[in-house]
Amino acid sequence: MDDRTPGIRLRLSVWRRLDVAARRAFPSACTALLMLLLAAPLGLPEQRALLPALTLACVFFWSLFRPASMTPPMVFALGLLLDLLAYLPLGVGVLSLLGVHGVTIQARRFLTRHGFVLIWLSFLLIALAVSALGWLLSSLLTLRLLPFAPAMFQSALAAALYPAIAPLCARAHASIADPEQA
Amino acid sequence: MIRLSIQARQALGKLTLPVMIVAAFGLMLLGKSDTLLTERARMALADALSPLYTLVAEPISATRATLDEWQGLLTLRADNARLREENERLRSWKSAALTLDAENQRLRANLNWIPDPAPVFVTARVVADAGGVYARAVLLAAGPNHPITKGQIALDERGLVGRVTEVGARTVRVLLITDLNSRIPVILENSRARAMLFGANTARPRLMFWPEGTLPAEGDRVVTSAEAGAFPANLPVGTVRYTAGNVAEVEPEAMLDRMEMVRIFDYGQRGLTDPLGAATRPSANDRRR
Repeated sequence: MDDRTPGIRLRLSVWRRLDVAARRAFPSACTALLMLLLAAPLGLPEQRALLPALTLACVFFWSLFRPASMTPPMVFALGLLLDLLAYLPLGVGVLSLLGVHGVTIQARRFLTRHGFVLIWLSFLLIALAVSALGWLLSSLLTLRLLPFAPAMFQSALAAALYPAIAPLCARAHASIADPEQA
Repeated sequence: MIRLSIQARQALGKLTLPVMIVAAFGLMLLGKSDTLLTERARMALADALSPLYTLVAEPISATRATLDEWQGLLTLRADNARLREENERLRSWKSAALTLDAENQRLRANLNWIPDPAPVFVTARVVADAGGVYARAVLLAAGPNHPITKGQIALDERGLVGRVTEVGARTVRVLLITDLNSRIPVILENSRARAMLFGANTARPRLMFWPEGTLPAEGDRVVTSAEAGAFPANLPVGTVRYTAGNVAEVEPEAMLDRMEMVRIFDYGQRGLTDPLGAATRPSANDRRR
């Protein structure tokens, strides 16, 4: 329940509160699980780009539609996991995901008023910018000019997969990830 | 939980993102200053996940094997004919090899040649890709109490795969010869000319720095050189291929894109234990061991 709504508030039972907490944690937990799964040897084509791409898409979606369940500390933790799983220099994944989160939060009011296509296009732009940032930081931290193509491919993959991920996340958003339904 | 006013809570909420971004920069500095910490964290995570990976890998490799089997059934006749022809060819090669081996033994006996010590090796299963977007590496499940140390050499049944760069309690990371950071001293087998093999994150590493006057020929076999003490001599690496742009590349002998088992050899090479360059890592790890 929101602090801003006036009125008498019921004290929730322990189970209700656990339920609310679980629903709050669902988006980040689900993203983390997906990341662990994608780091497994599934033999998918271009799997190494799939992990960062899908992480970007998930963090974007939940930051946009349920920022209370994708808070900066959660994004930080997911970023750390990304760094470790995707063998990025430490901090690069963290900063990239925080970048996605920050920009999305800023544009939230504007984006949620518009339809899917605009959201998708802005995700494409954000993914491009963030992948370029990740490339730049990785190059700086490893002190060598890394190839730029994988970064671009990663953002293109993220944008291409977003329409597939978004409906799934939207269903979860309306059902299992909604603390109001606890 | 501390009760805060709504204003204070909102102000704090606005502050978390900047604090987290500063923390991310801090993390970056930490990772840069203490690479050993990153490495340990990574290997700890890999150790924790390796049972899961092994579990996942099992049905996938079974499915792949079944598919291969079906495909094999379809091409049975053609395969049979090809194998028979290949067998003929190999038979003549075998007799040549036996003659050469006998001659070699005789010559070595005449020269009082000190034989190379037979290397010790362990075999490990490849459980995951460990490269990410900017690297080419694989993760091996080595089991607890494995004897593998940094700098040991990984080969599959055909040729050189790479070198061990990170060692965990139950997992080992092998940097492939195609990685951007991989530099391997090699010898062109026909001309005995030395060269360097530069990984470029592509399927074929690039051949560079051969001596003037001896151009590597298309199809020339490339083997490792013992120079710098990083590799033993004469491990098969691949064959020279020229691109359309006339760049000399080496097609790796090892099947780097679909490895299942890898042998890790201990040749006792202690020349270069750190392929990522001395700049990135202090020798603290040697002290640890």
